[in-house]
Amino acid sequence: MLELAGISKRFGGVQALAGIDYAVNPGRVHSVIGPNGAGKTTLFNVITGVYQPTEGTVKLHGEVVSGRTPDQLARRGVARTFQNLQVCQHMSALENVMVGAHLRLSQRLLPALFHLPGLRRADSGCRDEAMELMRFVGVHDYALRPAEALPYGVLKRLEIARALALKPKLLFLDEPAAGLNPTEKVAMRELIRAIAESGITVVLVEHDMKLVMGVSDHVLVLDYGRKLAEGTADEVRENPAVVAAYLGAGSARATLQ
Amino acid sequence: MSVRWKGLLGLAVLLAVLPWLLPNTYVLDVVNRIGINAIAVIGLNLVMGYAGQVSLGHAGFFGLGAYASAILTSRYGWPPLVAMGAGMAGTGLLAFAVARPILRLKGHYLAMATLGLGIIVSIVITNESAWTGGPDGMPVDALAVAGVAPSGEFQWYWLIATCLWVAAWLAGNLVDSPVGRALRALHGSEAAAQSVGVDIARYKARVFTISAVFASFAGSLFAHYVGFITPQVASFLHSIELVTMVVVGGMASVYGSVFGAALLTTLPQLLAEFEGWEMVVFGALLILVMVLLPRGLVPTVLRRWRGA
Amino acid sequence: MAEFLQFLFSGLTSGSIYALAALGFAIIYNASGVINFAQGEFIMLGGMVSVFLTASGFPLPLAVLGAVLVAVVAGVLIDKAAIEPARDAEVVTLIIITIGASILIQGLVQVIFGKGQHALKPFSGDTPLVIGGASLLPQSLWVMAVSVLVVAGLWGFFNRTRFGKAMLAASYNRLGAQLVGIDTRRVWLVAFALSGALGAIAGALAAPITMTSYDAGLMLGLKGFVAATLGGLGSGVGAVAGGLVLGLAEAMTAGYVSSAYKDAVPFVLILLVLFFLPRGLFGSRAVDRV
Repeated sequence: MLELAGISKRFGGVQALAGIDYAVNPGRVHSVIGPNGAGKTTLFNVITGVYQPTEGTVKLHGEVVSGRTPDQLARRGVARTFQNLQVCQHMSALENVMVGAHLRLSQRLLPALFHLPGLRRADSGCRDEAMELMRFVGVHDYALRPAEALPYGVLKRLEIARALALKPKLLFLDEPAAGLNPTEKVAMRELIRAIAESGITVVLVEHDMKLVMGVSDHVLVLDYGRKLAEGTADEVRENPAVVAAYLGAGSARATLQ
Repeated sequence: MSVRWKGLLGLAVLLAVLPWLLPNTYVLDVVNRIGINAIAVIGLNLVMGYAGQVSLGHAGFFGLGAYASAILTSRYGWPPLVAMGAGMAGTGLLAFAVARPILRLKGHYLAMATLGLGIIVSIVITNESAWTGGPDGMPVDALAVAGVAPSGEFQWYWLIATCLWVAAWLAGNLVDSPVGRALRALHGSEAAAQSVGVDIARYKARVFTISAVFASFAGSLFAHYVGFITPQVASFLHSIELVTMVVVGGMASVYGSVFGAALLTTLPQLLAEFEGWEMVVFGALLILVMVLLPRGLVPTVLRRWRGA
Repeated sequence: MAEFLQFLFSGLTSGSIYALAALGFAIIYNASGVINFAQGEFIMLGGMVSVFLTASGFPLPLAVLGAVLVAVVAGVLIDKAAIEPARDAEVVTLIIITIGASILIQGLVQVIFGKGQHALKPFSGDTPLVIGGASLLPQSLWVMAVSVLVVAGLWGFFNRTRFGKAMLAASYNRLGAQLVGIDTRRVWLVAFALSGALGAIAGALAAPITMTSYDAGLMLGLKGFVAATLGGLGSGVGAVAGGLVLGLAEAMTAGYVSSAYKDAVPFVLILLVLFFLPRGLFGSRAVDRV
């Protein structure tokens, strides 16, 4: 459903991505891994329209989407979360999730100014749906609290609920387990599995190898902006180049096991 | 009953009993000016408090409304309501036209651009004296509808109070709608808002336009109420007054806007007793409030009261 | 040609004043991220205090020195009493604080010196020099010469002295500067003091040409802000270039188009520039990270 051909991205003199070819197939969990600075988040930002690629094209369902803005990609069913939390602090947790349903609600001004009945009905439906999603990710207890008062782990899940409210076909999770404790990490793995089972294709960037290896159907390994290897978790684990890169980066082979 | 309707009911009750508590028409006149300012400030707060975009040029829109009413009624004989509508439409169109390039800017660059826009409007008004009477100002016809016009502070009070209540109702509706959530979301995080499909440029342009229309309406009302306007209504200092009302009252708070307008419209009247020291006291108070209560008065008080 | 030269002289004179004003904005912005709307009041103080000190019998150099001192004290007080306690506040809050300071200073000057318009005596007479058919006031030469000296002095301070370099470093990366032991509060203080001095010098230089009064700082300050933004906020070269471009554009418009719309020129110019270059002529092109 998503195809990248020859994607490069340069920032000034820094080559963040070099000639990446990559395909995401529907209904599976894909992971992108690699040492710090390998270009994982840059890749996400290129795919989701935050950055324009210097070279190459991104195709979504056969349509070229490189050059599109993030909101145009959202219209095509692409949702994401952020490595550095992007939560609207002065809104309630529930409202943060409701924003995710933006594209499915009326965006017209006059009904909004006069609170016409149709808009009120749709809005209360959206509220129920958002509550349901918060229950699904396990943060419904916090629904009416202002987001600024919520703990980190809750905010991570809140971002996922917001992304799900878009009803995406493709969901990008940027380091969903970063900063979580071991129990929370296990719960996050279950959540990612549940999302994938609901029919949403998931792509994640993650450092935690246990999580990646336990949940992924397909793994892409980046190193210095280049594709080092790809394949199933087992294939990648046995790939000598990957092992060398990780050993070179100071981690032991054990992290991959 | 929701919190929002409690607030609107409270405002209605306050507006209904207020004129009976006031000692004389002089105070009623001040209250009327507060009401008119508050309408503009509620609109400006949509841009600043909710959408998080600075505008240091809103008096320009206020001035456009005021002069549209003045010129179209007295020089061209248009009916006041039509002139007012034309002013709102024209101001809205101008705001919409400049909104996209201007609101691409961030922080101080945005402050600079909106400031420049307001000053250009005020310079044009000052210089085109054939239409506007120049720096000396011009008279404005009465707000007559089918031959009937409000006269006296008391009649004007009911008209302004009604307009103010409707403005608060409309703004509250907008904030609590999908459009309003999108605006608040882009304030919180543009990246997040975009990622869920909010077309940021479009939403900024929309809220800027709406608030310009609020300001234009308030300007028209002011012109008819006072009966004589000068370029002062569009000046940089008036823009600053409006911004200060938003911030002192409280960002992202409709009632903060009303309170801020009340405080900053009344203060100069109270300070007149300081004979020459008004500016000193006003400046010092402004610094003090902003240093001690950077969130503004109403949100700070609400926070204490809710024990958060 | 004589006409053009005349406009050129007038543009370079006011451009130099705008450049000094813009540098004041740039220095404070670099150090603290604050746009100081009271910058215009430093200029006004420079003019007004010089006028009143000369009127009370002080020789001109001492009077100007006194004016600079007053503006430096004003700058330091603004920083210590109003900016430092609110350093984490939002942009709008800080803007209003500096506007409050500006109103306060105007109020004080009005109470002490009254509301009248005043002119300072030209530094070395008012017999114009005639160059190519255009006349050039000696005061204009003073303005340009002192501006060049001040700009050179600032360049030396920021590039040759330890503390100046530390200030520049702090503007690039505040946290990093703190980690290597630069006291950012001192950086702020020096920035406000320096901007006060710059403003006062500009004000004293301009007062014989433009007249001065308690409310003269507003327009000058706004134009300084335009000049600083035109060049790209925080860029020293940009501030000087922005000031000169602004002065020339104003003078040429006043001469060839319409003097009534002279004051609108800076604002039209800045809107056009920002439409196409959202960070000014010399501003950095930053990439947002998410």
